[in-house]
Parts: sequence; structure tokens; C-alpha cells
Amino acid sequence: MTVKLLYFAWVREKTGLGEESVDLPGEVKTVADLIGWLKARGPEYEAAFEQSDVIRTALDQTHVSHDAKIAQAREIAFFPPVTGG
Amino acid sequence: MIRVQQQDFDIGEEIDRLRAGRTDIGAIVSFTGTVRDTAKGAPVTSMTLEHYPGMTEKELERIEAEANARWPLHASLIVHRTGRMTPGENIVLVVTASASRGAAFEAAEFLMDYLKTDAPFWKKEEGPDGGGWVDARDSDDAARKRWSAQDKAAE
Repeated sequence: MTVKLLYFAWVREKTGLGEESVDLPGEVKTVADLIGWLKARGPEYEAAFEQSDVIRTALDQTHVSHDAKIAQAREIAFFPPVTGG
Repeated sequence: MIRVQQQDFDIGEEIDRLRAGRTDIGAIVSFTGTVRDTAKGAPVTSMTLEHYPGMTEKELERIEAEANARWPLHASLIVHRTGRMTPGENIVLVVTASASRGAAFEAAEFLMDYLKTDAPFWKKEEGPDGGGWVDARDSDDAARKRWSAQDKAAE
């Protein structure tokens, strides 16, 4: 399944990418699985997701926890805790 | 109504537009967030606000709808800026209007508390000694949680 991944703030700076399209292998079922899979893709991903517990995720623009199932999500975003206002 | 924009806003004009032609409003509360010139004791010369286009608008609309479901508001407005700003500039405006002050005060604070923890914005500060991404504060999470604690107490 092809999904669009988006990265914001320091996650974007560390991966060096704002967005990319990836084909997810079947064994990647949850957000936590995806983070584990991304970390194995290279040192920049390993650095971006090193403190994976602080990273927030949105599936199709809705906040989710790391145990959420990716299911049919088309757009998956990773970012630090938000600091607007 | 919600708006995400690069350009500055005029607080007076925004409130005038919100109340134009309305005679049912008895209370208007506004909150303006501005860029501070120091952060943790270090000087700040500029701030850049990044956001998640699409999700930002959805979250702000969701938060505004929740405030309108909780309080009898006659009107509400959230304006949030993005891009580069310097100390003294406006960042965010929240306006609430209701028949009497209680609902307007509470809803304005609720909107800001939820915006702080839920809306996908990120601040990066710059100063003469460098800079970096602003860390989220535990006090913001606590401020948001007290609204759900109030719900439980009311049950």
C-alpha cells in the first residue's frame, strides 16, 4: 500500500524531508510498526525517531496514539508536540 | 469562524466585524498572543511558525465547534498567523461573544487551552545566541486537562 508521509518541525529537519510517498510492507500494521520500519531506513530516520515516545502522529489529519492501526490511512504525519498559540 | 494567515490582523476590525449588526450580544472577550523578546532568559529576535496545512484548519474548526457546544456563544473567532514574526507582533487572536460575560470568558480560555495542545503549529525561535524549536510545556497539558476534569465533576 502506498501512503504519503509528512514530517514537521524538527522531525522534518532531521529526516531532511517534508514529505514522501512510500510503499508499506504488509507487516507494518500500526503507527509503532511504521516508526520501527522507518528507523531502519537510514541514520537520518534513526535520528528523527530516536525519542519515538515524544513524537506525535496524525492519520489522515486526526491525532492518534502509537498503537493506532494504520488501516486505510492515506496520509500519515509525524511531528513534535505542538507549540502554537 | 477560523482563519490561518501570514499577514497581521487588526484586533479592533476583527471585533467590529464579529459584532456588526448584532444586538443580542452583551459580552465580548478577546485574547491576543504576541511574540515575546525573551525565552528562558535568552533574547529572541524572531520567531517562525510552521503548521500542517489542512489539519490545522480541521483542528481549529473542531475546537471551535466544541466551545460552541459547551457554551451559548453568539459568535466566535480564531485567527492564527504563520511564518516569520518579530517581538511585539501578533500571533493569535481568539474572540468570543455571548449574552453575558461568563460564557465568553470561559470559552475564550477553553479555546486557547485546546489550541495550545491540539492545533498543529510549531514555533522556532531565533536569537543572537542561536535558537531552536520551542518545547511543549507540561503546564499547557495541565490547562487542557482541567476542562475534562470539570466534565467529570459535573457528572
